Amino acid sequence: MKANLKYILSWLVIMIAGFYLINALIMVGVIDDFIENMLVTIGINIILATGLNLIIGFSGQFSLGHAGFMAIGAYATAIITQHVSTELGFIVSLLVGMALAALIALVVGTATFTRLKGDYLAIATLGAAEIIRNIINNLKITGGSAGMFNIPQLCSWPTVYILVCLTTLVLMNFIKSKNGRAIKAVREDEIAAEAMGINTTKWKVAAFVIGATTAAIAGSLHASYIQTISPSNFGIMESISILVIVVLGGVGSMTGTFLAAVVLGVLDTVLQNFGALRMVIYAIALILIMIFKPSGLLGNWEFSLKNLGKHFGKKERG
Amino acid sequence: MEHLLQVEHAVRKFGGVTAVNDVSLHLDEHELVALIGPNGAGKTTLFNLLTGMVPVTSGKIDLRVDKQTYDLTSKNAVQIADLGLSRTFQNIRLFKNLTVMDNVLTAMTNKYKEGFLTTVFRLPSYYRTEKEMRAAAEKLLDIFDLTDSQALLAENLPYGTQRRLEIVRALATQPKILFLDEPAAGMNPEETADLTNLIKRVQKEFGITVLLIEHDMSLVMNLAERIYVLDQGELLATGTPEEIRTNNKVVEAYLGEGEV
Repeated sequence: MKANLKYILSWLVIMIAGFYLINALIMVGVIDDFIENMLVTIGINIILATGLNLIIGFSGQFSLGHAGFMAIGAYATAIITQHVSTELGFIVSLLVGMALAALIALVVGTATFTRLKGDYLAIATLGAAEIIRNIINNLKITGGSAGMFNIPQLCSWPTVYILVCLTTLVLMNFIKSKNGRAIKAVREDEIAAEAMGINTTKWKVAAFVIGATTAAIAGSLHASYIQTISPSNFGIMESISILVIVVLGGVGSMTGTFLAAVVLGVLDTVLQNFGALRMVIYAIALILIMIFKPSGLLGNWEFSLKNLGKHFGKKERG
Repeated sequence: MEHLLQVEHAVRKFGGVTAVNDVSLHLDEHELVALIGPNGAGKTTLFNLLTGMVPVTSGKIDLRVDKQTYDLTSKNAVQIADLGLSRTFQNIRLFKNLTVMDNVLTAMTNKYKEGFLTTVFRLPSYYRTEKEMRAAAEKLLDIFDLTDSQALLAENLPYGTQRRLEIVRALATQPKILFLDEPAAGMNPEETADLTNLIKRVQKEFGITVLLIEHDMSLVMNLAERIYVLDQGELLATGTPEEIRTNNKVVEAYLGEGEV
């Protein structure tokens, strides 16, 4: 019990320290608006990609519809905060977006996971996301294909930072529990899992719903921070770029997702000076990593304070 | 008298092939029964029928627990597992990329409660449940001499150990009936002898019923109280090991000519 408390406190300290570190760097001027913008984008991508990693890396289901759920969060925030332009309005819009995304994911998940696997599932989830996008494209309230402008900026980097910590905490704790083990068992062997009494469909849908909910959070942050959204932001290319982060970092490693989101975020920012060459260099970097490290940067390795403690403990004794 | 598990006229057809043809059998509480037969006799298919992995074409399978009768033919694999039927697989199906410990813990999923919020916010009851689960898993692993390998990935275990782990995992679901599909396959005589004792011990200690498929006759004759012989999908004979040993039909169909 005491040891557990120690780890909880250590993580809390790390999170708070991270916050003040960024805060201090902004104050001294090391982090300017440009870099702050990059950090927020990285944060949003972390939320998106960790959620997708839960679906792909841990429950083993291939989803290509992540941008659709992001759109739900983004539009919920855009519409609600344009009417209620307060902090409270933003929080309400965040929760509405999450609830709506969860509900839709539940319906889509239940319909597809009972019958489809692998590539077929990817196509079905892609279809679901396109349906969401097309509905948004044709509604008046969402501004049609032109999208929405002048969304009040109600979130800044601290909001993003706190939500990155919170979603990661929730996802990691979920994975390291009885429920997480059931989800991994589904990935490993569905037939054996069922023989152990694990309802495979239920756990696949659970992972899908949780992943979709985090995507909605990221969407809300995106809308409120960037202040402009349109349906074209949430097409298949967005889903793929989230997928790229997951695959690059390592399918089944949340630490890897963090690393990949940071690496790609920085790479993306640095390459902005190269203009048209940017996408080419980006793509080559991806290809190289996939050739030399097909399991992603970190495979399924996970950073853990507990193991770190053991490691150093051994060194001291030895 | 009511049997624990009663199978009546079970039939399973795959296209034109009748894999299991009109098989009737029963299992009583605390029994250790063997199912033998040549390759392709339909033994594994029968296991799949009993555990709900494959639906029956026709026939009845009834489970009687706590004075209630459940019709297993209308239930799926998950529901049947929840009713207390657990199994191992002929071609080992462990959760390969999970640790030995996690393999066992996973099988306990339905036996313990851990709410979403309790888990996510690490409330004290999360630690309590995890501790309980771990203690139960450690006890099982200890019986099967797997304590030292609990942190290893299942796929890195030697073959015989993987088979043992599969039995542990099946036991972790707290079954009433345990189906073992060729538990001694690929083991050397010494390992087989160990396993024989282990199965006997587990069956007594946990008070469960065991039905096992096995080709190793020394194991079957040592363990089984009753034997069912299957050949080409049909029940050829049933009886005590002594009766089966001397049954001419069985000797002809399965054991070939000469002595066992």
